[in-house]
Amino acid sequence: MGEMSLREMAKQPDLLAPGHRLCAGCGEAVTVRLILKAVRGPTIVTVATGCLEVATTIFPYTAWDLPWIHTAFENAAANASGIEAAFRAMKRKGRGPLAKYEHIDVIAFAGDGGTYDIGLQALSGALERGHDFVYVLLDNEAYMNTGIQRSGGTPRCAATTTSPAGRVIPGKREWKKPIDEIVVAHEIPYVATVSASYPTDLIRKMRCALEAEGPAFIHAFVPCPRGWRFPSEQTIALGRLAVQTCLFPLWECRLEEGRPRYTLSSPSLSIAKNPERKRPIEEYLEKQGRFRHLFRPERRDDLIKEIQEWVDLKWERLLEKAL
Amino acid sequence: MTVVEQKLLGLNGDEAVAYAIKQVNPDVVAAYPITPQTIIVERFSEYVADGEVETEFIAVESEHSALSTCIGAEAAGGRAFTCTAANGLALMWEMTYIAASLRLPIVMAVVNRALSAPINIHNDHSDSMGARDSGWIQLYCENSQEAYDTAIQAWRIGEHPEVQLPVMICLDGFILSHTLENVLTLPDEVVREFIGERSFPRVQGHLGEAEFRLDPEHPITMGPLDLYDFYFEHKRPQVEAMKRALPVIEEVGREYGRISGRTYSLLHPYRLEDAEIAVVGLGSTMGTARVVVDRLRSRGVKAGLLRVRAFRPFPAHEILKALSHVEAVGVLDRCASFGALGGPLFMEVRNAFYDSAERPIISDYIYGLGGRDMSMEMLEEVFKSLEEDRRAGRPLELVRYIGLRE
Repeated sequence: MGEMSLREMAKQPDLLAPGHRLCAGCGEAVTVRLILKAVRGPTIVTVATGCLEVATTIFPYTAWDLPWIHTAFENAAANASGIEAAFRAMKRKGRGPLAKYEHIDVIAFAGDGGTYDIGLQALSGALERGHDFVYVLLDNEAYMNTGIQRSGGTPRCAATTTSPAGRVIPGKREWKKPIDEIVVAHEIPYVATVSASYPTDLIRKMRCALEAEGPAFIHAFVPCPRGWRFPSEQTIALGRLAVQTCLFPLWECRLEEGRPRYTLSSPSLSIAKNPERKRPIEEYLEKQGRFRHLFRPERRDDLIKEIQEWVDLKWERLLEKAL
Repeated sequence: MTVVEQKLLGLNGDEAVAYAIKQVNPDVVAAYPITPQTIIVERFSEYVADGEVETEFIAVESEHSALSTCIGAEAAGGRAFTCTAANGLALMWEMTYIAASLRLPIVMAVVNRALSAPINIHNDHSDSMGARDSGWIQLYCENSQEAYDTAIQAWRIGEHPEVQLPVMICLDGFILSHTLENVLTLPDEVVREFIGERSFPRVQGHLGEAEFRLDPEHPITMGPLDLYDFYFEHKRPQVEAMKRALPVIEEVGREYGRISGRTYSLLHPYRLEDAEIAVVGLGSTMGTARVVVDRLRSRGVKAGLLRVRAFRPFPAHEILKALSHVEAVGVLDRCASFGALGGPLFMEVRNAFYDSAERPIISDYIYGLGGRDMSMEMLEEVFKSLEEDRRAGRPLELVRYIGLRE
């Protein structure tokens, strides 16, 4: 599928209805709404415990215009496995309530806690078994639903309620877990990074993920105004800055003849071709309260430099694979 | 309906369950191997490999995912089966409550095994007893024949429109799971006709009334956030569904009896009508106890027994009726409930008699933990102490430990 124009996009139905209780400026709300614009036919959604689940389905209300199930935190991939397998069995038997459908797409949504940490095992199992589903990681880089605790997806130096910036320790001490490489190592057909700041790229990739036969993984970068401490109208700008600084490059990776083939998406490709367009990470860090301690009361050049070097290294390693 | 012709097969308890599930041909079987349940998944994998079932067999990476996968499959309107034991059930814990509370009639065989630590692969009931409040129906089997028969009836019980709850088939690890027995098996088509098609309750969805399952044409939201304004109202019907399961278990057991010649109920008494002393218990031990009862009867002792097949829902009323006339009752618990007055079965049985004018002397016998054998001699000892209690007019000891070195 080619890129959908914004005009075409606007015509797609909103499968996540307005009126839900996600925060103003929540990156998840924008991302999920866009992702569902890529839905191509009968679809079932399963969602891990988290902000998205609690804020969109407060009984007796629901924002979902799709068949939807939530059961627990760590098992979105296992729930999806069961839904997909039941459909496959019904098709084979030619009976059962879903047998009448030609195909059903299964989408699992989970946050970074439900993916990097507690749900990694279920995700790995489902990818290894090759279920035909799309797993969407909504990465807002901490356990936001329980009040901003650090996860394996939280970046180094970010202050969270379990990795506070103290007098001795300046926020989270560990680097962000390389979840995409872990997923790519499972040799699944399709992996991509997306950002709601680049909506047409996001929708095109989600459609590719749905079209892939077998498991596909979408890693969405989801700024969180509450958890990252920035004004809620800055969500899209901050997401764009993450791409422009090469902290969160946009790419996709297809398995071709047994080899992962990475392709940079245009916003990141243009930086690769014109490195002078790459913006310093400081511009991104200084806009967020979770990194305030890198600038005040005194400037921590050492840490900012360390983060810049990490971003540079990761970006170089991606370029080695993608160019 | 007449009793159909049946095939006699040599099967152990695990194989008997696997064979029944093959005949049921569910949409999804998701399981993770653990001793002594392993044979069930192995046999079922062979049925899949040989094309004898149409099931999607999913060799998941953990028990937590086994039950999560079954939940996904049942929510999508399929039939799903899993099986586990001990630590596997413990790892599923979170999902046992969720499966029951989403009212998904999954069937699970629990091949009873002691919980760690220390690690032990042999039989006791500490695993399923820990899950007794999770909202699953629990049926305890005495032998492999019953394991086979229950693995068929379970679908009808759990999926009954008045019930809609998951069912645990409990069979004793090794004692049943690994012991070859003669098992009468029904023809495939009889099994399939007996279980029929799954029916779905109708619920009020956001677009109007819909069947309670995931369907793109009739989207509903399952498992939403449910706070203090509605959660309580969603729990009460679970309590009621459990109560309604009592007559359903009996009804399905009777109907199954008409085709198989083997009728099942909530309770299975033996020589209880005129008994002065009796034991109450679960599972395979009750087969041994039956022989002991006969032995004692031949010596003129008025002994009897009551086997509890349905522990959840607990048939309190029926137990009262069955045991009121008995003078001393010994409850056999293959499980310790740490910090409680006695074992789980003891607490339930004793509680059932609280408001009764006719109250036997009731004491508890904890036995067989970690697979310690319960011999006929030990059971005779139990009856002997019950006789002493009877004469004394009170339990000389409220909780005794049988077969324990002290």
